[in-house]
Amino acid sequence: MAATTETKGWIGARLLRKEDARHLLGASTFTGDVRVPGLKDVAFVRSQFAHGLLNSVVKPDGLETSVFSAADFPDLKSIDGGPELPSFRTAPYHAFAREKVHFVGQIIAACLAPTRGAAEDIADQVYADIEPRPAVVDMVEALEPGAEILHEGFPDNAFIHATVSEGDIAAIAARAEVEMRRSFRMNRQATVSLEGRGVLAYWDHRLDELVVYLSTQGAHMMRIGLSLALGLPEHKLHVIAPDVGGGFGGKNRLMPEEVAVCAIALKTGQPVRWIEDRREHLIASVHCREHHYDLTLYAEKSGRILGLKGEVHIDAGAYSLWPSGPFMEASMAARNLPGPYQMQALHVETHTVATNKAPMGPYRGVARPGACYAIERAVDELAHKLGMEPADVRRINLVTPDQMPYRTIGGLRLDNGDYPRALDMVRDMVDLPAIRRRQAEGETDGRRIGVGFAVYTEQSGHGAAEWMKRKSRIVPGYESCTARVLPDGSMLLLVGIQNHGQGLETSLAQIAAHELTLDPAFISVRYGDTALTPFGFGTFASRSTVFSGGAVAKATRLVAEKARRIGAHLMQTEYEETRLEDGAVHGPSGKVPLAEIARAANVRQEFLPAGMSPLLEATATYEPEESGGFFSYGAHAVVVAVDPETGVTSLLDYAIAEDCGTMINPLIVDGQIIGGVAQGIGTALYEEIPYDPDGQPLATTFGDYMVPCAPELPKLRIAHLITPAHGTEYGVKGMGEGGAIAPPAAISNAVCDALHGLGVIIRETPLTPRRVSDAVAEAEERRAAVSLKEEVPA
Amino acid sequence: MKPAAFEYARPADLAEACALLGELGDAAMPVAGGQSLVPMMSLRLTGFETLLDISRLDALKVVRDEETHVFIGAAVTHAMIEDGKVPDPAFGLMARVASKIAYRAVRNMGTIGGSVGLADPASDWPCCLLALGAEVVLAGAEGERVLGAGGFFLGPYETARDPAEIITGFRIPKLSAGARWGTFKVARKSGAFSDSLAIAVLTAEGEARVALTGTLDHAQLLPGASAALAAGDLAAVREAARAEVAQADPDADAYRLRCHVATVTRAAEEALTMEPRR
Repeated sequence: MAATTETKGWIGARLLRKEDARHLLGASTFTGDVRVPGLKDVAFVRSQFAHGLLNSVVKPDGLETSVFSAADFPDLKSIDGGPELPSFRTAPYHAFAREKVHFVGQIIAACLAPTRGAAEDIADQVYADIEPRPAVVDMVEALEPGAEILHEGFPDNAFIHATVSEGDIAAIAARAEVEMRRSFRMNRQATVSLEGRGVLAYWDHRLDELVVYLSTQGAHMMRIGLSLALGLPEHKLHVIAPDVGGGFGGKNRLMPEEVAVCAIALKTGQPVRWIEDRREHLIASVHCREHHYDLTLYAEKSGRILGLKGEVHIDAGAYSLWPSGPFMEASMAARNLPGPYQMQALHVETHTVATNKAPMGPYRGVARPGACYAIERAVDELAHKLGMEPADVRRINLVTPDQMPYRTIGGLRLDNGDYPRALDMVRDMVDLPAIRRRQAEGETDGRRIGVGFAVYTEQSGHGAAEWMKRKSRIVPGYESCTARVLPDGSMLLLVGIQNHGQGLETSLAQIAAHELTLDPAFISVRYGDTALTPFGFGTFASRSTVFSGGAVAKATRLVAEKARRIGAHLMQTEYEETRLEDGAVHGPSGKVPLAEIARAANVRQEFLPAGMSPLLEATATYEPEESGGFFSYGAHAVVVAVDPETGVTSLLDYAIAEDCGTMINPLIVDGQIIGGVAQGIGTALYEEIPYDPDGQPLATTFGDYMVPCAPELPKLRIAHLITPAHGTEYGVKGMGEGGAIAPPAAISNAVCDALHGLGVIIRETPLTPRRVSDAVAEAEERRAAVSLKEEVPA
Repeated sequence: MKPAAFEYARPADLAEACALLGELGDAAMPVAGGQSLVPMMSLRLTGFETLLDISRLDALKVVRDEETHVFIGAAVTHAMIEDGKVPDPAFGLMARVASKIAYRAVRNMGTIGGSVGLADPASDWPCCLLALGAEVVLAGAEGERVLGAGGFFLGPYETARDPAEIITGFRIPKLSAGARWGTFKVARKSGAFSDSLAIAVLTAEGEARVALTGTLDHAQLLPGASAALAAGDLAAVREAARAEVAQADPDADAYRLRCHVATVTRAAEEALTMEPRR
């Protein structure tokens, strides 16, 4: 049963974020703020060719000891990622290019100097002798016969071909009244965290370890990767992720710059750092999104969808990043294509393709923005074909609450929720009939109004079974927490996730506060330091509230139990007679504050029950019982105005109805939605890294790469449904990505709705003014051609 | 993305600045807000041995409200114009243009003189100054020189400024009461350089000037569209624009030409429908 509000103790409290003060005061410590005596800066020499044989690297005279290339590190291991599948082809990815370069921006050499400017001066003098080869830049053409092959031993340019098939698609095709084939393309993006990547490394002689400050989403995970690449045992690697200014997936892969900086620090014995600049970020950081869909939708004339057949191409770039490579992109795209809809058959051939571009990594939403875009655009085109209202076609096909849990034809178990209600809510919020009336009347300024819908699901909190199904070489099936009560009764939570903008210092403190009836002001959350916290996988895949929140709940409950035992002893009553309230253990007659109990447990053991070990702390791990994940979902509706001549799109209204189960902190939930939608608007309208036929990236600064800023964001109206998850602590579901999933679909549908009457066809993102204006002009030419034909007498 | 090392000089007054610039020639570049120059140096697209910081020279911050003209010093920021901190010779046109330049953070630092001096083909002020019939005032070792805006812009990033000269400000004729104007800009998003920007001015005396920028060359006046605007014929403006934008931007593709026609027509439309300004 979906409710709209729920608050219980600290769960559901609208607390301002603990982390805001330092960020607003400019007092944060990012990797770039860390100072170490004698620190030197690295500037990388990067390939200017997309594809070529690297014959030699010539260091400038007299500066040989300040320049490093592959020849200086013969023992450095390549950092290959990908699933543990025999059908997945691996190409070694070395921190410094050896023999060949495969994308513009690939690292050839590193230059060391007291300042970054001076290091760039040296980099300008390094000569790389590269014999260019033809560049492969299109993921579909890359698989055609005769295409240049990137990697030795690959029979074609695919890292992997795989088929996702369920149900009898041939039988569905035979009986379907409607068959509709469409191609859709979502173009390449960067992840554009506010803080770019960064790494600082030095050998600490006292601790006899390499200290690595790293802007990452998972310090423990990166220690594993660095250990593999450097050949250094893990106890000699101390990874610290200080304040991290956003990651969105882009800081969840081991990257060559990180290995290179550590290797240089080890080789020279000097503290070394590299701070990514925005040009490097756009050219050579994790790229994302680039998908091509060729889909055939089978349906009844009533609008009921029967099945989906097609091909998905993923442009994975040149290499497969550690640990999991780009493989999940294809399987998730295919399995999420049915979205929230009932279907009887699905048959999708996927191709994860190597091209001469920067390697692809995860980005908020991972594959689902593409899949949602493809299916939701197809639903609108089906509605147009059948002369139906697109929202009605959705309504007919959505999974209903009485069908839950529902296993989609893509094999995902939708656990609970009311999808049709979410759609109805946004339809009412934007007032669909009013928009249709306004469209019929037309605009006085020549613009055209359109409305678009998209419904999405967001798998979150998936555990071991799901990751094993994906053949992941790391199985992030749990999280951990040490809950430590200090002698004065205040508390530390040591967790293995990485807060990098999600407000987890606040929401995890709220969970512990809820269990211990302590004020969150007395609880500090610590993370991002391999020497400080128990092992954990970090923050990604909308998992931290489910997993880390669960671990915090479990650990603090163990602490609460021990506190009650001590309290019972001090009050000379039975454990069963005690309860926690207002930061104290209460008995039948009287109470003992937690502070007093903590003092006894830590420094006055004579007050403990006989035989009880001292300390008031516990470590727990948590994995939900259901491993397939918990599905947040939502519906977005957007109203746009499109200028058909200039192609400029403005967002007039944006309504969201979403359900992420129980909310720990509704303010943080709304913040996550707003941030995600902003990025989704970027995918829909602005962000793109095009490549020319030679493999040169054409968006290399913010002058060319457009990111939505405050003026591009409409006021987002958010409504919440609350269907608590069964099988997580408090009924929470993860929800960090949903905001970014639906906007490309909803906005594209709205733009196409606006221009539908003109016969305009656009099946590609982003909908830049140029793309839209050109599509309108093409439609005009088509109409002109048709009318000319009709003038010719039969 | 850090600039190569350079010398930094901060002359005390305009005379010293001109002398220094005369001495160093094109090895030196004056800098005020640095909003274009510094990123270009960081990207190592350009470089100078010496940067001459002229941002604090009082002579460049002078603003004079004269009888027929307003003089705006070169170091006046976009933000000051946007906020109406200096007299507007065109009843709010300059404030409107300023408000659409890049982002507020850029406008707080960037100056009108710097923008005109750089002459980026997509920048806003050259177009505005042409539409207003303004003059550019330059100071050099030999004294002052005044050039009409039309003769100042020679090409993309190319002006009539001698490397040893400093732009001191702009003499902008005041529009008389009853004037009307319009602007229209197409950009990929707010704050981005324009794909096309047109500014139309219709004076109380019936004279019209339509200027266009966002071309691959430099901002320029469109005489045909201007004449059509003076005649009050919007359809004729569009027709004239179709012919003229192809000349003004010969290498433009179909999309860019479409944008130019749109901005010219809509700037003219705003001018024609605007309540006369007083």
